[in-house]
Order: sequence, then C-alpha cells, then structure tokens
Amino acid sequence: MLPELAVALALVALTGYVVLGGADFGAGFWDLTAGGAERGAPVRAMVKRSMSPVWEANHVWLIFLLVILWTAFPEAFGSIMSTLAVPIFLAGLGIVLRGGAFALKGEAATIAEARALGATFALSSVLVPFFFGAAVGAIAAGNVPLGNATGDELTSWTGPTSILVGLLSVAAGAHLAAVFLGADSRRAERPELVRAFRVRALGSGAAAGALALVGLVVVSSDAPDLFDGLTSGLGLVCVLLSGLAGVVTLALEWRERFELARLTASAAVVAIVAGWAAAQEPYLLPPSLTVSEAAAPDVTLAALLIASGVGMLLLIPALVWLFRLAVSGRLAYEDKPRP
Amino acid sequence: MIDGALGGPVDQEYLLQARQMQAMSFIVHIPLVCFGIAFPAMVLFVEGLWLRTGDPLYKLLAKRWSKAMVLLFAVGVVTGTILSFEMGLLWPEFMATFGDVFGLAFGLEGFSFFLEAIFIAIYVYGWDRLSPRVHLATGVPIVLTGITGSLMVIAVNGWMNQPTGFRIQGGEVVDIQPWTALFNSNLWHEFVHMYLAGFIVAGFLVAGVYGYGWLKGRRERHHRVALVVALTVAALTAPVQLLVGDWAARTVAQRQPVKLAAFEGLKETTKGAPFSLPGGLEIPDLLSILAFHDPNATVKGLDIVPPDDRPPVEVVKYSFRTMVAIGSALAALGGWFLLVWYRRRRLPASLWFHRALVAAGPLSLVALVAGWITTEVGRQPWVVYEVMRTEQAVTGAGGIPVGFAALALIYAALIAIAAVMLRRLGRQPFHAS
Repeated sequence: MLPELAVALALVALTGYVVLGGADFGAGFWDLTAGGAERGAPVRAMVKRSMSPVWEANHVWLIFLLVILWTAFPEAFGSIMSTLAVPIFLAGLGIVLRGGAFALKGEAATIAEARALGATFALSSVLVPFFFGAAVGAIAAGNVPLGNATGDELTSWTGPTSILVGLLSVAAGAHLAAVFLGADSRRAERPELVRAFRVRALGSGAAAGALALVGLVVVSSDAPDLFDGLTSGLGLVCVLLSGLAGVVTLALEWRERFELARLTASAAVVAIVAGWAAAQEPYLLPPSLTVSEAAAPDVTLAALLIASGVGMLLLIPALVWLFRLAVSGRLAYEDKPRP
Repeated sequence: MIDGALGGPVDQEYLLQARQMQAMSFIVHIPLVCFGIAFPAMVLFVEGLWLRTGDPLYKLLAKRWSKAMVLLFAVGVVTGTILSFEMGLLWPEFMATFGDVFGLAFGLEGFSFFLEAIFIAIYVYGWDRLSPRVHLATGVPIVLTGITGSLMVIAVNGWMNQPTGFRIQGGEVVDIQPWTALFNSNLWHEFVHMYLAGFIVAGFLVAGVYGYGWLKGRRERHHRVALVVALTVAALTAPVQLLVGDWAARTVAQRQPVKLAAFEGLKETTKGAPFSLPGGLEIPDLLSILAFHDPNATVKGLDIVPPDDRPPVEVVKYSFRTMVAIGSALAALGGWFLLVWYRRRRLPASLWFHRALVAAGPLSLVALVAGWITTEVGRQPWVVYEVMRTEQAVTGAGGIPVGFAALALIYAALIAIAAVMLRRLGRQPFHAS
C-alpha cells in the first residue's frame, strides 16, 4: 500500500512538471520559432509576460520528483542517475541555460544581447524536454537495470522509444504552451495573438497526436512489453482517454475556446503519464525491479507521505493564489502599473 | 563496513574530478543561498520603514533590491538544481544506500523551496498591484522558508557528519528512523553557523557595493540608507558568529576528533595542546582551551586513526585558519561601525573604513567557502562519517572530466552575465520623487 502511494506521489510531481514545467519549455519553443526580431516581438512579449511570475514555481515540481525518488526508491534513483547520466546531465545543463538566460534577458540593453540570450533560452527550452523524454523512454523500454551504471550509457537512451518520447515531450510541451498562451492572449484582449496561438495550438496538437500514433507502432517493435501494457487493461483505457481528450482539445482550439482547452490539453498529457505507469505496473524499472522491491522501508515512506500531506496543505492554497494572481494579470513584469 | 545498495564500489578513474566538480557546483551555489537567507529580510525591513514613515525613498530602495533578489534567486534555482542532479549523477551509491535514511529532510526542503518560489514571485511581481500591507505580508513566507529550507539541507549535512537513525547489519542498512536522522545532534550548531553566515555575506557584499559608491563620490541619501541597513545586518551578526564558531569547534572536538586535529594539524594526541601560529610560534595550552575550555584537556591527534582514514590535513588546516582570520576581522570591522554609530549616530567617515568595507564583501565569500571546505574536506575520506567512504559512493559512469569542463564553462558564462546585469541594475537612475 505505502509503496503504491509513494508512486502516486511521484506521479503527481511528474505530472505537475510535465504539464506546468512542460508548458514553460513549450513557450520557449514558440519563442524560438516566432521569427525575426520585429515580427516575433508580440509572441515573445506574451511568452515573457506569462512565464515570468510562474516558471520558478513550475520548475520546483522537478526537484520534488527527484526528492521523492531518492527518498522512496533510492536504488532505482541511483540506477537511473548513473546509467542515464548523459541525457540527464544534458537536461541539467539545459535547465541552467534556459533559466539563466530567461532571468537575465530582462536586463538586456541591446538587440544583440537580447538575441543571444533569447536564442539560448529558446534553444535550451527544446533540448531539456527532449533529453528528459529520452530518459523516460529508456526506463519504459526496460533499458535501465538495477546497479551503478550497469546499463549502456549511450545505447540505453538512443533507441527508437527514447527518441520518440523525447520528440513527443517537445511536441506536447509546445502544444500546452500554445493553449495556455492562447488563453492568456484572450484575457489580455489581443485578438491577433489569439489567432496566432490558435494556429500554433492546432499545428502542435496535430503533431503531438501524430507522434503518439507513430509511437505506438515504434513501441510495438522496440518495447513489446510496454506495448502490451498500453494496449490492454488500464493502460488501454488511459491511452483512449488521452486520445479522446486530444480530439476534444483540437475541436475547442478550432473554436478558440482556450479556457476549456487548457483543461482538456492537460488531461491528455496526464492520461499519457498515467497510461505509462499502468502499462509497466508492477515494475518501477522494467523488466525486473518492481515497485515493492524498490521501495524504501515503510517507516520512511510513511514519514515522507505524512510530511508531503502536511506540506500540500500549505502548498496548494499558495499555488492557487499565485496562479489566480498571474492569470488575472495582477502579476506583470512591466514597471509602470496598469491603469 | 557497509556494502553499497547498488553492488559495492566501482573502479572510477576520476573520483578526484567528481569531488572537484561537486565542490565547484557548491561554491557557485552557496553565495546565492546567503542571499536567499538574508536578502528577503533586508528588503522587508526597508519596505517596513516605508510603511512606517511613508518616505518614498524606502519604497524605491526595497523595490530595487527586490529586483536584484529575484535575479539572484533565479540563478540560485538553476545552480541548486544542478546540485540535486549531482547527488545522483556523481554519487549514486551514496543515494541508493542512504536516500531512505536522510531523504525526508530534502522532502521538507522541497516544500520550503516551493513556497519560497511562489511567494518570491508574488512579492516581486506584486509591487503596486497588491495593497501595501498585503504586499509586505507576502514577503514574510520568503523569510520563513529561507529558515526552514536551509535548516533541512543542513540537517542532511549534519547527518553526513554524524550519521544516526539507522544500524548496519551484515553490510546493510537496517532499522531506519528517518526523524532521528533528520534531527541529528549536529543540526543546530551547523544551522545557526550557516544562517548567520548568510547575513554576514549578504550584508557585507551589499554594504561593499555602496561602500565602493561612497569612494566614487556617490553619497546621496539613498546610498547612505542602503549602506547603513546592509552594514548593520552584517555588523550585528559577525561578532555573534565568533561565539557560534566556538560552539561548532567544541562540538567537532567531541564528535569528530580527527577533523579537529586536521583543523590544527595536530599529529599526536596531546594533553594541554598548544595553538600554533604562522612563523612557528606556539601559544601553550590554547588549543585545549579552545576545543574544551580547559587548558589541561587532552586533544586527540591524527594518530588515533590509520593514515588512510585521515583527511588531507593541509587543505583543512589552511581553510580553517582562513575562515577564522577573516571572520575575526569582519567582526572587528562590524564592531568599529557599531561603536561609531552608538557614540555619534553616523557612519565612520574615514576613507580606510570604506576601503575595508569594499574588501569585506569578497572576503566574507572567501571565509564562507573556506568554512565549507573545512567541514567537507575535513570529513574525508568519508562521505558518511566513519560509515561510507567517498570512493564507495561514486558513480561508475564515464565522462566526468567532460561534464566538469562543460559545467565550468557554462557557470563562468552565467556568473559573468549575471554580474553585468546586476551592475546594470545598480546603475539605473534612482528617482526619489
């Protein structure tokens, strides 16, 4: 029971990071592809306005995930971090570059400076979800054995499943960002940006859906066990739900109903994460390390869960307040207060 | 002796580079921690002055400082992330074996950090948009989470120096008691020492910036206010730190005698041990007095353990002395200011005082790093004191030198750009209208 609860807690953190952190990385993707300095300025300004107050809080989900893993599943954590050292370290460097460039570009004085920092921000925003996705793909494909760097340091995360999950992470983040930014643009009463993000949301949503379908084909040959899990039982339910949420999202985007689309787009991602967990149940590191084998003693799990329960009571109201302030436009980076 | 949970030690050619990479990451991050601890309290104090007096100068100053605060926080977020990655990337066997013993503290730290990130955003982006009182109130959780966050991280470091809350049976960790591990008896002195260090470093660095401005002729009122606030913070904490340092050293003398022997380079166990000064001078019995408050006390020497179990003595010894020397000088500088302020209600007007202030900022950083080298290198060759050796903890993955070089380059760029941006922030015109 306690190990399953600890897995659930880890999945909450992972989902928080994939949806909220992922959307921030996706915003970087739209920054990267916004076009020249003048043409891309409105999109970039909206990205900055939406991200500035929340990206640090959104990033903490990742720290939270790491902490849960090393406390509740220390041996799996050690195995993952040693075998997958390359993609995870590259993602870490990307996080430094992304966060550093984003925080510092606000003070850029010349166009050249803003461009260099902006490009660093945008490019690393694409690399981080790719490498994290590749690492997740490696675990799901059963390439991370128990042990100190006992898996192959390169081929473990360069297989078809890894590349695919990496690309899917980038696409899903970009899609979430387009939806969130579309909703923000509507609230800011910027119809031209609403239209711009509608096109982006539809395009990235279609791309993410296509990647997911291709993914099933890739997984069926590269990771048959995972494929079986995704096409039977609870795994299948999640996959279908995710597909349904995706289709509904596209329909909502078509009608520019971004407020609702935020929820359905997030649901599509949540369902995929849940489907992955269901597909490889009871394993934490397939094909051999189960959740119960990997779990810390009950006393540690109980302490972590109690501490997290109490922590959530403080965290959730604070987080809700932050998002409400941010969404209502009461946290903005401009110096002059709005009328 | 402990067996690692992942199958025991591996052959890692680059153990030293792994340690240096960890040390570099830590040295980049720890000054930012000081600002995380102390800067919010300084900003809130100035904002509180605004609410009490209605003088807009205070508001402008608090606002300006809060911009620097969020910039430093962002850099701290990413450098802190690298540290948590490195726990697993560099030391997977350590994490795999003991993560379930000490991990709880990091769980609590995670919540602290989360709340800190939320409220720092609300505070910094909420200027002029929230009512003044609500805005001030949103700063309070930033100060509180600075306390709880550092308390929890220090809990893990305290535990590494005094591992409790588990037993070893047949090479395996059993009988885990996570709360006992968290509230290990090293926690309190280490925490207070680091918490005060945060105020000393942030206080002297900020004061040093305005001291430099004073030397350059910038002596408007807002410069003076900023200097007095920052300097008061540092001057009040620096002398107290001497007492806390004494508490810390006496605790080390009792619990980690080999580490204490390394502080002083004491080779043999000595009754009435002397304190040696540079140039071969010795003050009789002083080490015994310092370590045990008793001139006749016996101080254990490095000889109580085999050479393999001793830390690199020279590094520890000179780091310790550097910290103590700078810490004492900073306390004296703080005392000078407090004395003048008490008697004349003004800043010391001398050129040398302001020059000393400019030097005090970087020197306080040196002392901070030297202190951490003292305790971290002094714990070697153990990662978990007398339980797991550092070489048992290290990763079996390759490529450490490449990763080290890449991170060093990126950090160099990050520091350079952050410094330029902070300087630019400081040069923006200050409108006290």
